[in-house]
Amino acid sequence: MPLSRLVSSMHLALFILFALVSVISALYVVVAKNPINSAIALVISLVGVACLYVQLEAHFLAIIQVLIYAGAIMVLFLFVIMLLNLTPEQLGSRQVTAGRVASTVLVGGLAVALVALIAWGGVPRPAVSGTGGSEELTWAGGTVAAVGGSLFSDYLLPFEIASVLLLVAIVGAVVIAKRRS
Amino acid sequence: MSVDPSLYLIVSGLLFAVGLVGVLVRRNVLVVLMSIEIMLNGSNLAFITFSRVHRGLDGQVVAFFVIAVAAAEAAVGLAIVINVFRHFRSTNVDELKALKD
Repeated sequence: MPLSRLVSSMHLALFILFALVSVISALYVVVAKNPINSAIALVISLVGVACLYVQLEAHFLAIIQVLIYAGAIMVLFLFVIMLLNLTPEQLGSRQVTAGRVASTVLVGGLAVALVALIAWGGVPRPAVSGTGGSEELTWAGGTVAAVGGSLFSDYLLPFEIASVLLLVAIVGAVVIAKRRS
Repeated sequence: MSVDPSLYLIVSGLLFAVGLVGVLVRRNVLVVLMSIEIMLNGSNLAFITFSRVHRGLDGQVVAFFVIAVAAAEAAVGLAIVINVFRHFRSTNVDELKALKD
């Protein structure tokens, strides 16, 4: 069908766009001189990854990514960067040393190996049981209702532990950052 | 699923590698923390890709918990950065070697 082929090629084109946006802005986070530029590039990268989540039908996670990551966490980062108000010499050296080149080459080799492994090996597909159509029908995607139902049934204890963790983090952050007189 | 899932895994691997380079190469502790967030994002993308491949929600729930832990880590980490800056007047991780000396 020409329509499904059009939709499929649009999917691929959008995937390439979002993947390029997220990876290139992640690279800019690492190479940027000013931490403010890094933070802005990281917001763009996080939004690009959120778009990939939408393509993977994880709608709830995409919204959470934009709200929590690109909203709350990055505002915290920007707030701290502006609070510290670093001078150029306080930003740390950016000169090329042997150790940095070696670690970059090493991680680059790791990335090449990883990509080659995935490209050759592919992704193991789960065995489709019986009629393939019914499996597709039961999958509703990562809607708020589906993920929420899973969180409050199978993952109730980890969910409560996560809430305690966040409370501890809030108290800990206040205690650590408080100025001692 | 019209885009092959291995392409998503390649993007997630690239994000992880970029974040790892940032952690190893950059010396500004703020950029190091941001690079850790990039690495967490790469792993989250892999989790959600496998959740889609297997048509289950477990991967998405794990990604949710990763985001919660990342929020806690960022809050505590930035509080420590503020305190360290008050002490040393610097955010360069090479100068924080009091335990080494």
